[in-house]
Amino acid sequence: MTTTGSAHGIGDAVSTAAPAALAASRLSFSRNGQLVIDGVDIDLPVGSFGAVIGPNGAGKSTLLHLLVGTLPVDAGAVLFDGADLLALRRRDRARLVALSEQHGDGDTGLLVTDVVLLGRTPHIGRWSSEGPADRQVVADALAAVGMTAFAERPFDTLSGGERQRVHLARALAQEPRLLLLDEPTNHLDVRAQLSLLSLVRAQTAAGITAIAALHDLNVAAAYADSVVVLSEGRVVAAGPAASVLTGELIGDVYGVRADVLRHPRTGRPLIAFDTT
Amino acid sequence: MTATIARGTRPAPPAGRALRRVPTSVWVVVLSVVLLLSIVFAVTFGPADIRPAEVWGSILGHLGLDPTAFGGEVLSPLRDGIVWELRMPRILTAAAVGAGLALSGTVMQAITRNPLADPYLLGLSAGASLGAVAVILLGVSLILPVAAFAGALAALLATLVLAGAAGSLTPTRTVLAGLAVSSFFGALTSLVIFWSATGDTYREILSWLLGSLSGARWPAVAIALGALLIVGIPLMLTGRTLDAFAFGDHAASALGVGVNSTRWLLLTATALLTGAMVAVSGSIGFVGLILPHAVRLVAGQRNRVVLPLSALAGAIFLIWIDTGARTLFDPRELPVGILTAVVGAPVFALLLLRARRIR
Repeated sequence: MTTTGSAHGIGDAVSTAAPAALAASRLSFSRNGQLVIDGVDIDLPVGSFGAVIGPNGAGKSTLLHLLVGTLPVDAGAVLFDGADLLALRRRDRARLVALSEQHGDGDTGLLVTDVVLLGRTPHIGRWSSEGPADRQVVADALAAVGMTAFAERPFDTLSGGERQRVHLARALAQEPRLLLLDEPTNHLDVRAQLSLLSLVRAQTAAGITAIAALHDLNVAAAYADSVVVLSEGRVVAAGPAASVLTGELIGDVYGVRADVLRHPRTGRPLIAFDTT
Repeated sequence: MTATIARGTRPAPPAGRALRRVPTSVWVVVLSVVLLLSIVFAVTFGPADIRPAEVWGSILGHLGLDPTAFGGEVLSPLRDGIVWELRMPRILTAAAVGAGLALSGTVMQAITRNPLADPYLLGLSAGASLGAVAVILLGVSLILPVAAFAGALAALLATLVLAGAAGSLTPTRTVLAGLAVSSFFGALTSLVIFWSATGDTYREILSWLLGSLSGARWPAVAIALGALLIVGIPLMLTGRTLDAFAFGDHAASALGVGVNSTRWLLLTATALLTGAMVAVSGSIGFVGLILPHAVRLVAGQRNRVVLPLSALAGAIFLIWIDTGARTLFDPRELPVGILTAVVGAPVFALLLLRARRIR
């Protein structure tokens, strides 16, 4: 489950030499007259795992919604592999970009396989029904997240970690090339967090570009190839985790004191908060 | 916020778990057969005793076929009149209205994500009532369907404008706007009745307000069945789009569904369908609210499945409820809306007791 493709990429992940798969420039969005996203740029190479971090209300979720087109940008452009994402028709965009949100609400009454099948919506004609190819994609997506045995279970009976896996499978069933995850590890125990992020990293190793909004700085430091730090709608730092996540930055952005150590085995940053 | 609440609250839904595995096509075939049999047998109920074979013969005869084929019987012109001019149109209207209301209810509940939504949510019933009551009091009952439909459309327009004024048609705004419009039109209706209704018109108004199919002839069949075919059948195919709303507007949008345009389109289509039904039958309550839930409790939540099944179940349900309404207390006739509630509420209560899913 651990991948080799991105594990070494601490220092060289965001080099200017690699062609950017995702290039968002000068994104702005305001809600009720207030600027929520203020001139955000993001550049990510193909197959990399980017993390968006920042305090509550920094605009992490909003940024993801702008990228997937569920909220309209006020200004700015999003290019993915040269294509203007925001100019695409909604259905076409949904075949390219998938969003896995954190959903607390559980009273859908759908079976797990039905939930994953929702991911085929942009691929199936509006008046037709799913074919064997779609069922195969659904089965593959469930297998990819290790939930095949749960296919016929009611979604509402799953645990938080299992639900997040199913949502990931639903996003994968869209066969996206850009995968967005909004706080995928919220409410999950450590094991579920690690296994979910390993699944995402397996996907990036297979060529999908992923961006996750994350709360846990250590999780971001351990998994992400590059980190974008948002604060009050602006990018205050971006780049490889090792160079971005410093005690000084964490102090500035979150208002807490922290020491940044090195993981004894991976060499990645390890953040120890000062709780005295 | 709900993740902790939702986690591990119930082991497995026992109600209808096995039934849920029955393929949709089997359900559709079974219910279609039941619907056909219901139509034939419901015609036999009534003051004049008519045998199923005669009903069959009459149907074949009017379709220009040999009445005696497949065990049909030839019947006298008088009996044929009872079958073909009185009972058959009424039963077909009941079937179309039941199907239309159940279908509208399913769409409304899915698109507003509100289990209490029903076909009259947008104030349609109140608007139609105002139109109907006005023409009854003016003594021009002939144009009642037209007036009812116009009233329903006026209410729909008011609700959509009110709900959509802020830009996007969110479920909560839609429900609240419908509530406001319903109350307003309801008050106007009460005012008109209070001011000018007397003995006879009062009965006629009450019968209409509670829903009645007693006046349904072939023109009513044409309106109800026409609306069902033109609007209802396409609605029946929107299940996949409705399913995409299972995790909310953002999720639907990320799946490539145009949330706002879909909602406008479906609300308008539902309203037109309901408006046509209200115009021929008055406001029959309960069918559109309860039948979708009953179908979901048995067949699961996928709208692709629930839509066609509620339409069929609604048709069967209203045929038999209306048959009860016209025969139970013969020669007096009950407004069908009373019976839909009297029968529907206990049946629904029973399903609710067995189902753990709805909390």
